[in-house]
Amino acid sequence: MEQTYAIELQNITKRFGSVVANDRVNLSVRKGEILCVLGENGSGKTTLMNMISGIYYPEEGRITVDGREVKIRSPKDSFDLGIGMVHQHFKLVDILTAAENIILGLPGAQVLDMKQVVREIRELADKYGFDIDPNEKIYRMSVSQKQTVEIVKMLYRGAKILILDEPTAVLTPQEADRLFDVLRNMKKHGCSIILITHKLHEVLAVSDRVSILRKGQYVDTVETKDATVASLTEMMVGTKVDLNIERPEPKNMKKRLELKHVTCTSKDGIRRLDDANLTVYGGEILGIAGIAGSGQKELLEAIAGLQPVTEGEISFFPDDSEPKILSNLDVAAIRKLGVRLAFVPEDRIGMGLVGSMDMTDNMMLRSYTRGKSEFLDRKTPGKLAAKIKNQLEIVTPSISAPVGRMSGGNVQKVLVGREIAQKPKVLMVAYPTRGIDINSSYTIYHLLNEQKQHGVAVICVIEDLDVLMELCDRIVVLCGGHVTGVVDGRTAKKEELGVLMTKTMKNEESDAQRAETDKNGESAVQAARTGKGDAGVE
Amino acid sequence: MGVLIVFIQKAIVQGMGILFGALGEILTEKSGNLNLGIPGIMYMGGIAGLMGAFFYERGSASPNPVVGMLISLLCAFACAVIGGLIYSVLTISLRANQNVTGLALTIFGTGFGNFFGGSVSKLAGGVGQISVSTTASAYRARIPVLSELPVVGDVLFSYGFLTYFALVAAVAMSFFLFRTRRGLNLRAVGENPATADAAGINVTKYKYLATCIGAGIAGLGGLYFVMEYSGGTWTDNGFGDRGWLAVALVIFAMWKPLNAIWGSILFGALYILYLYIPGLGRSMQEVFKALPYLVTIIVLVITSFRKKKENQPPAGLGVPYFREER
Amino acid sequence: MNKEPLFRMSRRESIGIGKQILIYVLALFLALVVCAGVIFLLVRMNPIDVYKAMFDGALGTKRRTWITIRDLLVLLCIAVGLAPAFKMRFWNIGAEGQILIGGLVSAALMINIADKIPNTVLLVLMLIGSAAGGLVWGLIPTFFKAKWKTNETLFTLMLNYVAMQIVTYCIVFWENPKGSNSVGIINQKTRAGWLPEVLGNDYFWNIVIVLVLTVFMFIYLKYSKQGYEVAVVGESERTARYAGISVKKVMLRTMSLSGAICGIAGFILVSGAGHTISTSTAGGRGFTAIIVAWLARFNTIAMVLISFGIVFMQKGAIQIASQYGLNENASDVLLGIILFFIIGAEFFIKYKIERNHRQEGK
Repeated sequence: MEQTYAIELQNITKRFGSVVANDRVNLSVRKGEILCVLGENGSGKTTLMNMISGIYYPEEGRITVDGREVKIRSPKDSFDLGIGMVHQHFKLVDILTAAENIILGLPGAQVLDMKQVVREIRELADKYGFDIDPNEKIYRMSVSQKQTVEIVKMLYRGAKILILDEPTAVLTPQEADRLFDVLRNMKKHGCSIILITHKLHEVLAVSDRVSILRKGQYVDTVETKDATVASLTEMMVGTKVDLNIERPEPKNMKKRLELKHVTCTSKDGIRRLDDANLTVYGGEILGIAGIAGSGQKELLEAIAGLQPVTEGEISFFPDDSEPKILSNLDVAAIRKLGVRLAFVPEDRIGMGLVGSMDMTDNMMLRSYTRGKSEFLDRKTPGKLAAKIKNQLEIVTPSISAPVGRMSGGNVQKVLVGREIAQKPKVLMVAYPTRGIDINSSYTIYHLLNEQKQHGVAVICVIEDLDVLMELCDRIVVLCGGHVTGVVDGRTAKKEELGVLMTKTMKNEESDAQRAETDKNGESAVQAARTGKGDAGVE
Repeated sequence: MGVLIVFIQKAIVQGMGILFGALGEILTEKSGNLNLGIPGIMYMGGIAGLMGAFFYERGSASPNPVVGMLISLLCAFACAVIGGLIYSVLTISLRANQNVTGLALTIFGTGFGNFFGGSVSKLAGGVGQISVSTTASAYRARIPVLSELPVVGDVLFSYGFLTYFALVAAVAMSFFLFRTRRGLNLRAVGENPATADAAGINVTKYKYLATCIGAGIAGLGGLYFVMEYSGGTWTDNGFGDRGWLAVALVIFAMWKPLNAIWGSILFGALYILYLYIPGLGRSMQEVFKALPYLVTIIVLVITSFRKKKENQPPAGLGVPYFREER
Repeated sequence: MNKEPLFRMSRRESIGIGKQILIYVLALFLALVVCAGVIFLLVRMNPIDVYKAMFDGALGTKRRTWITIRDLLVLLCIAVGLAPAFKMRFWNIGAEGQILIGGLVSAALMINIADKIPNTVLLVLMLIGSAAGGLVWGLIPTFFKAKWKTNETLFTLMLNYVAMQIVTYCIVFWENPKGSNSVGIINQKTRAGWLPEVLGNDYFWNIVIVLVLTVFMFIYLKYSKQGYEVAVVGESERTARYAGISVKKVMLRTMSLSGAICGIAGFILVSGAGHTISTSTAGGRGFTAIIVAWLARFNTIAMVLISFGIVFMQKGAIQIASQYGLNENASDVLLGIILFFIIGAEFFIKYKIERNHRQEGK
């Protein structure tokens, strides 16, 4: 049967410099369906969607909307075709109200009648069941409220095709369920919805069909009812990979770090980390689980000396001397104590590395103060850079090429390589495999295990619970800044973790916290846009 | 009483030229462009207006004040817009650094003004010999009847039309920015160009227009100094550092045109305060002349303490925007 | 809707030094063509003759050449001073004020204590005092920036005018002769506090001081630990904190250095060139130097070349002005045009523009 699709993409190709982000990709969306676009980080999902929404322009291929061939040259063209995209990092102006954001860029009478606009928004919200205050300023909103504004914005513009880029990444499970209800409701009203995600259970729960991308290439489209977690995984990853991550038994566990009643309060008085108690041992990998913005960042940064501790104490236990208090010392002071902490932060470029500098100069970041001379020693870091490049098989033209030009996986290898080269006693890593291809991910897991076997206390924040349960010896769960549980990684159940992750959640507080983390995320994206950021594809 | 009235009058006269400059710069900065070329642009506007009037009066047997006025207005605006256009092409299309481009424009514009000022002076027969009294009379014409009123007439109605035009422009700009669709779009461009772009706003077009029109308005500030303040003559570096005062006023007014109105009068008052404080030695007078700058510094410091979101510079100020940048 | 963009641009991966120079030379050439057009319109003279006259004005005689070198040195000195600040992404627009304060300290010492101490001691004191003056003037905005993130572009800009008023304030006390509202040549008879002539050259010490500073800054930024810290802070304050660098300390230290060198430029202007002080002692050089430092991308050799180009233009334009009866402000107009082209040329170094290849199908 001949069917007109709401939107159809044929043989779309997009390159960034020498990187092919999308290679002859096909995609079609029916009217009134929810299509999931599934793919790993870096598979080109976001790039593809950016071409539908007019942010990028494809080099090759054709796009048809309602059976008509179209050229989408700008976001405006995209709107005119009834396409609306909700980006992962919200496109909202902080100091404007929700209503002002919603009508931004729309045609209409020059003199604004905001009362009328607010009324229309309320009507729309009632129709689909949104909860929104049109007169509230964006910077006062939580993440899920901002997301609502984004969706309402698209509907207000008459979007018939709605694209959502990883919408649940920043939501609690309850908020995610509410979102899915709204999406189903919209589908009933005839909207087509494209959902970009890499969470399989969401795909199975909400979609009608699934299209799979892998490394910028189109794999296949299947009916959701015929799909299983296993079949989707296989298509997403390619050859069936051994998902088993090795986990050697911990040996010679020694107490390394102790956190007692540690509390970190932000400038606006929110307790980001609240009375956290924790002990970390050398020779183990301690995983940290939690919804984004539950205090993971504060925990690691407090230990690393980058976050003031308002209450409580962090102590480090050396092999052969008295414990040392680390809380409220800065990085330089901790280094002076002879405590070797290594930290792979979430922002690889922007915190862990300097994008415009080469590998050698980045190696120096943690060690340039060594020696009495006022001048830099570039020889030793140069050798280290060459060594890391060979050992970790880093792909770069030379060690004197700026790291900002490397791909995400290579950037992470540079960073992890440098941190491990410090021969640390404690190694902290935040989201070590985010945005990284599978092979590099396994290299990283392997490196972490190696450190563990050397007796290092490894602390890692990982968002994927499956990985966490396969890699870690113990898992600490954070929720709203509280430690809600510590479980054994070998016996942990996903459900159990899920319960701990949402335990004693006081909604307002956590919402505000996540609003903050989102802001940080946005500034990182801003940095990337101005050319300082990660050069990875997604 | 009499002294006070004169003081207020003089303060307003000093303030209005700065107000034009500040209004132009507010419009420009609202689009995310920090144009440090405003002082140069004011010189360009001033000299172009003067030359327009000069050649008109020279070429015409019986020059008409109104025609002269219109010609000079048009010349000043157009020339200043060209200054803004140079800045826009370099910073928006060619992505050059805004500070560097602005400073180069100020060097150029100041030189441009003084160069042509000097050349026209020579044509007119020597320094200070340019006279476009006919045109200037149109600028200096007072409102009949109202300006005759005692006190009120002196304080409120004793100025040329450019003064009232500046006030109207400030109110209109405020309305435009905060009450109209295009104004909303423009603010979004200055705050977060990526968002504005995604919302279908033509960021480049808005930036170009705001910068060029802003430059045009600032150019009228130059014209004001030449016509109303100096009565249609030219002296090299005649308006001194007032262009920078205009940039300062933008900060002082916290990017709000209505604040700029009273701010400009305050700046004008501070600028001439030394003349009205009795018993001030020559040396102390010089100290008093630094007041507008000191006040601006204080405002700058205080706003940086308080960090109120609404009083901060546009978030995208000084940051270039390119869509495909990765 | 059915027209695709004709051109698209993308960031260059890398660019050879030869191509870079070619782009700049091309920009300069275009600028000179435009300037020639402007000159022709104004004076109806053959532009080639005009350029000859410019060359003559800048380098035509030994004396002119030395004056060109003298001014080149001052501009270079300021640009060298600004380089570390800009590398730290600290927009020091306040060089003008820092120069003035530096020069003011020199002048004050020359006027007030010249007859009480030996000349060498006086000169050393002037050098140190000027550096200290510039340093203090540079530190004021830095303190606020470090503590409350107060916008330094606008703060330093405002301080320029405060410095100017301080200078006019002092001139009231120092004016010579009385009522002239200017200081005149200081110590014209005794030459106390003037940088002395060496090997028959008035500018020997200017050259020494500026060259030492230039070489020092080159090494400082490229090979010293402090220079590395400056670069890291400039790239990202968060990275700096992560690396254990105290951002505040680096900021204050770097701006001390920057301000001090600008102060020394003031010393050179007063002691080694003008032997007087006025509000126009800095004469916009602080602003011009910003452009020099930025365009040179902290590369010292490039700074020398760009400074030379700019001073050459200015001297040349003054020559044309007197030769053809234009006024000397023509130099700023021509300089502006050239700067526009050079600033614009940077784009073609960072980006390449390609024609879009046609799409297949219809």
